[in-house]
Amino acid sequence: MFEIVSKEKLGPAVFRMDIAAPDIARKHQAGNFIMLRINEEGERIPLTVADKDAEKGTVTLVFQAVGKTSAELAELCEGDSLLDFVGPLGKPTHIEKFNGVVVCVGGGIGVAPVHPIACALKDIGNRVISIIGARSKELLIMEEEMKATSDELIVCTDDGSYGKQGFVTEALDEVIRREGKENVALVVAIGPVPMMRFCAKTTEPYGVHTEVSLNPIMVDATGMCGACRVTVGGETKFACVDGPEFDGHKVDFDELTKRLAMYKESEARAMKIYEEASHGGKRCWE
Amino acid sequence: MAPREKTPRQPMPEQEPKVRARNFDEVPLGYSHETAIKEAKRCLQCKKPKCRQGCPVEVLIPQFIGKIAEGDFAGAAKTLKEKNSLPAVCGRVCPQETQCEELCILGKKEEPVAIGRLERFAADWERNEGKVEIPELAPATGKKVAVIGAGPAGLTVAGDLIKMGHEVTIFEALHKPGGVLVYGIPEFRLPKAIVQAEVEYLKSMGVKIQVNAVIGKTRTLQELMEEDGFDAVFVGSGAGLPTFMGIDGENLNGVYSANEYLTRSNLMKAYLFPEYDTPVARGKRVATLGGGNVAMDSARTALRLGAEASICVYRRGREEMPARSEEIHHAEEEGVQLNLLTNPIRIIGDEMGRVSGMECIQMELGEPDDSGRRRPQPIKGSEFVLEVDTVVIAIGNSPNPLIPATTPAIETSKWGTIIADEETGKTTMEGVYAGGDVVTGAATVILAMGAGRKAATAIDEYLKGK
Repeated sequence: MFEIVSKEKLGPAVFRMDIAAPDIARKHQAGNFIMLRINEEGERIPLTVADKDAEKGTVTLVFQAVGKTSAELAELCEGDSLLDFVGPLGKPTHIEKFNGVVVCVGGGIGVAPVHPIACALKDIGNRVISIIGARSKELLIMEEEMKATSDELIVCTDDGSYGKQGFVTEALDEVIRREGKENVALVVAIGPVPMMRFCAKTTEPYGVHTEVSLNPIMVDATGMCGACRVTVGGETKFACVDGPEFDGHKVDFDELTKRLAMYKESEARAMKIYEEASHGGKRCWE
Repeated sequence: MAPREKTPRQPMPEQEPKVRARNFDEVPLGYSHETAIKEAKRCLQCKKPKCRQGCPVEVLIPQFIGKIAEGDFAGAAKTLKEKNSLPAVCGRVCPQETQCEELCILGKKEEPVAIGRLERFAADWERNEGKVEIPELAPATGKKVAVIGAGPAGLTVAGDLIKMGHEVTIFEALHKPGGVLVYGIPEFRLPKAIVQAEVEYLKSMGVKIQVNAVIGKTRTLQELMEEDGFDAVFVGSGAGLPTFMGIDGENLNGVYSANEYLTRSNLMKAYLFPEYDTPVARGKRVATLGGGNVAMDSARTALRLGAEASICVYRRGREEMPARSEEIHHAEEEGVQLNLLTNPIRIIGDEMGRVSGMECIQMELGEPDDSGRRRPQPIKGSEFVLEVDTVVIAIGNSPNPLIPATTPAIETSKWGTIIADEETGKTTMEGVYAGGDVVTGAATVILAMGAGRKAATAIDEYLKGK
């Protein structure tokens, strides 16, 4: 059992949880992910990791309650436990000191997994420009943390309720033009699939290498089942062992989008049953 | 012993095909006491039993059958367990017809003794009576062994080594121990409660099992040996990466590897959705590609998930199918259609990215290939479209790369399998042994157990010399 040692609400339906998992905390590197299962009837879901504390032995998750499992997770409180917690999985982000600036782009809760990557890139001596965005101000997370690890932070909201009005892609385009495409060594973009797709589209004409972190459906996440297959550069890859990060210019986002919708009806049904059973009591939501 | 009665091989009662094709309960129902004794009395009690030579773990076959014939079921179970720590499993999933039973002398003139059914009977009797005895363990040696993977190979190694007095910890990547016995083989062929009981038996002897532990990620093999104080390691991490056909449309929604399809249904209990959270496509017309046991398991699972048609598509003929004849027979009885000498060319999708059909081509058998089986060749112009909404690809796996990739001292073959001595399981890394699918490529439960048995003996020897 893996105890939830602290829980915080970051925004509407967005939560941060520290989970006691010393073995994983010790091994986790930026870019890795974990799998969890809440209880015996639960499904295994992958979640990216926002942070870890090897000394305390905790792993920090940031997630949004969107489906049945994440809603159920959101209802758990400090002191509750998760039945299964596995990791660190996937390949860590390739970290090196680049000749040129590195741009880290986080959209929505994608800011959470971008944060440790920005930290690792910064720690090794890179100049890091970060762009974070959300639909509106209350959905924006981890601004302070991102500010602390970036040489420059640009904040955008779709509705203009905070920071610049507009999408992160617009800010990304501006940064590349301002810095000069030959001076931008790397873009790391993590967020909802459309956001990652348009970040890759933005950087493609400039030829700036862009890493995206994919979140396909997974079951075992150790390379055994193939549920997470994605097409990258015309080849089938398993995101759980070959990724989760891939060259955004080569990813078949159309296929990824369709594959993510595979269980839409089942998911809606599970959510409906869950809500009707009046579980939606929002036990520790505030 | 009394002169042998001339009795025919005793059939085992089964659920009616039409009924069982719609439920996940076990298909064969087991022998009654009377039937078991009757069958056991058919055994000739050969002085030099051939049957044992056919058994990868050398079960004391005539001895345990003799006990059943005497009505000493507890004694039979005990005798079985001297050589086989998972008899209830092996009695169900071993291919006896190509192992022990194939060599049974009775089989020359009539039908061989039903060794597998008797094995199952004795093991089930012991479990159901609650009379599982914990065998005597050798005095503690103070040596620690790590076993990676709680599948058939790992469970066997653990069972053997704990009896020899070593401390054993199994590290399992999934959340339940059992490996292919829990994620792969369906409930209707091997009830999960049986696997659970076998695991509990090992625990009762003192084997520690750590689930959710991905060696190569959570801990590396070197760390187990250098920091955690394990004196030896057995790697039984099994098959991994599923093989796909490499044809168009394989990433459409509704295309599964057999590993995924079966893992969803078995390990995650997707057949009980929404009571359990994991969903699985409940296809109306399901094609399974391949002709092995895993293909049969998938095609039969499809029926139980509500398919109106479950079609097995195999490029060679029936004679060439690698599945056990019993599995093919069961599948056909339940209504699985065999589309033999048929090869898929591409999977067709609709605008939503869902499977809507599969184009196939008819094949004919040509000259024998390297495997000795006649090579299938396409018949020009015989293309046709099979109307299906779900496709399960059951054409094999390559070994799980996690351990070799993170353990440079372990050498692998060009197929990615770990190189290990056939007799001892010794790898190229000091103190590290391996066996099962990660060494042989996808094979059977009993072969993995056989490899585990040999490795346990070798590890014991190695530890004595340390």
